[in-house]
Amino acid sequence: MANTKIPFIRRPVAHREEAPILEASHLSVRYNGRAALEDVSFRLVGGERIAVVGPNGAGKSTLFKVIAGVLNPSTGEVSVAGHFPGSHICIAYLPQRSQVDWTFPVTVADVVMMGRTGRVGLLRRPGRADWEYVRQCLAVVGMSNLADQQIAELSGGQQQRMFIARALAQEAELMLMDEPLAGLDIPAQEDIFRILDELQPRGVTVMVATHDLNLASEQFDRVMLLNNRLLGIGHPDDVFTPERLLQAYGSHLRLVQTDDGVMVLSDTCCGGDE
Amino acid sequence: MAGLLELVTGPLSYPFMIRGLIAVVMVGIVCATVGTYMVLRGMAFFGDALAHAILPGVALGYLVSGGARVAVFWWALGTAVLTAIGIGAISKGAQVKEDTAIGIIFAGMFALGIALISTMRSYAVDLAHFLFGDVLGVSQGDLWLTGILGGVVVLTVLAFYKEFLVLSFDPILAATLRLPSTVLHYLLLVLIALAIVVSLQTVGVALMVAMLVTPAATAYLLTQRLPVMMALAACIGAFSGVVGLYLSFYVSVASGAAIVLVCTALFLLALLFAPRRGVVGRWLQRVTVGKD
Repeated sequence: MANTKIPFIRRPVAHREEAPILEASHLSVRYNGRAALEDVSFRLVGGERIAVVGPNGAGKSTLFKVIAGVLNPSTGEVSVAGHFPGSHICIAYLPQRSQVDWTFPVTVADVVMMGRTGRVGLLRRPGRADWEYVRQCLAVVGMSNLADQQIAELSGGQQQRMFIARALAQEAELMLMDEPLAGLDIPAQEDIFRILDELQPRGVTVMVATHDLNLASEQFDRVMLLNNRLLGIGHPDDVFTPERLLQAYGSHLRLVQTDDGVMVLSDTCCGGDE
Repeated sequence: MAGLLELVTGPLSYPFMIRGLIAVVMVGIVCATVGTYMVLRGMAFFGDALAHAILPGVALGYLVSGGARVAVFWWALGTAVLTAIGIGAISKGAQVKEDTAIGIIFAGMFALGIALISTMRSYAVDLAHFLFGDVLGVSQGDLWLTGILGGVVVLTVLAFYKEFLVLSFDPILAATLRLPSTVLHYLLLVLIALAIVVSLQTVGVALMVAMLVTPAATAYLLTQRLPVMMALAACIGAFSGVVGLYLSFYVSVASGAAIVLVCTALFLLALLFAPRRGVVGRWLQRVTVGKD
């Protein structure tokens, strides 16, 4: 993590209404000479939900960290609602579940309250209004009854929903979810999508990194295919073409011609990105 | 009953015992408070290294001032803060891995300290005091210094409680909330350095890491809430100090060693019998689940 950026206190800035919620232009990130991202440019519409699809090491986590303003790009720039991402506290990064220390001695409500740390301010303790806010966030994700549970006791789906509640407590307008669906069973995945559906009318923009091509094409109107370079962005039918998929996954993918079109068999699997 | 009371009150007729007891209680609380974050962030090795690395500062202060307590204290403090910041900086931009860098600095500084002390006349006695502490030699002035600086450490940890919590649990969240992560990280390193210097006379550099880490680790096994863990760690630290000091009074073993042995014994008890995380508790859970 040579160029991890840890910013000093900055006052949150007002959003420029006319600016897109997220605009990336010619982003490149290099680690020790190897390119994790190469000349990536795109823009998102406020309130949309987009899947970021690509194999392991495609740069999905790197892209999210640059958007969140915790990693500086080697070249290019990101603008969130018209400003440098490091000036916002409304960008939530939801970590991969495997990256979290689940034995940490905190309850679900404690973790959700962490999202409000920036709003509460230095040298102050969360007040009654903050705890009420946390309670409401937990209600949105259907976890009111688990507020006092130790985090080690949660199921995978509950862990993920807790992080969504934390992003809500942060009053996030841009949510970056890193592999939220990996390792979850179908009902747990459906719970997550039901919650994301409820967020859409609130104008929350959501980017979801995933390996799962099927889920991406079923649940998202727009997808982004990434393998260090941006291989396509748009409707799944237009992006997931055989040529582009081969470009992204190479030999890990088998394309089988059937009567209904092309069937994709992938043997990339789970596990962490980067 | 009267005999038991006599066992407890007897040593209190000695002023040096009373001063020693006040010192170990304060040290137990201060060390356990910062130690809680050290356990959660995996900084035990850093703490051990930092404690050893202040030895040359202590020795220089001793040589320069001719053994004045307060001078030694400030020399130790200066060395500790500089070393803490130095280790913090090296582990960020180093060519070698963090624990390697810490190991090199730790051993190098420790050797320098021993070399300096070996030039003194009363080499063996002084070295033993620096390495293992001399809690019964604590003066009134030492107590004031310990109280004030220890109070600063505990209050600072409490003041930045929620920021340290976020930084320890999820550094990326701390960054996206635009918390001053770098400043907070170095602040924690400096607080650890302060806690070490405050405890120097009680347990000495060689056993310091036990005061920092063992009570907090014991508390970690016993609770699932961070505020409870911190309070419990402080109680365990202070309790171990008092029991250890009485032990050393009656059995006449070195006081620092006695205190650390009590800490360790409590940890082993918790490791075996803690309700959820203990070995026996987990075994019982497995057995009862197996029956269903």
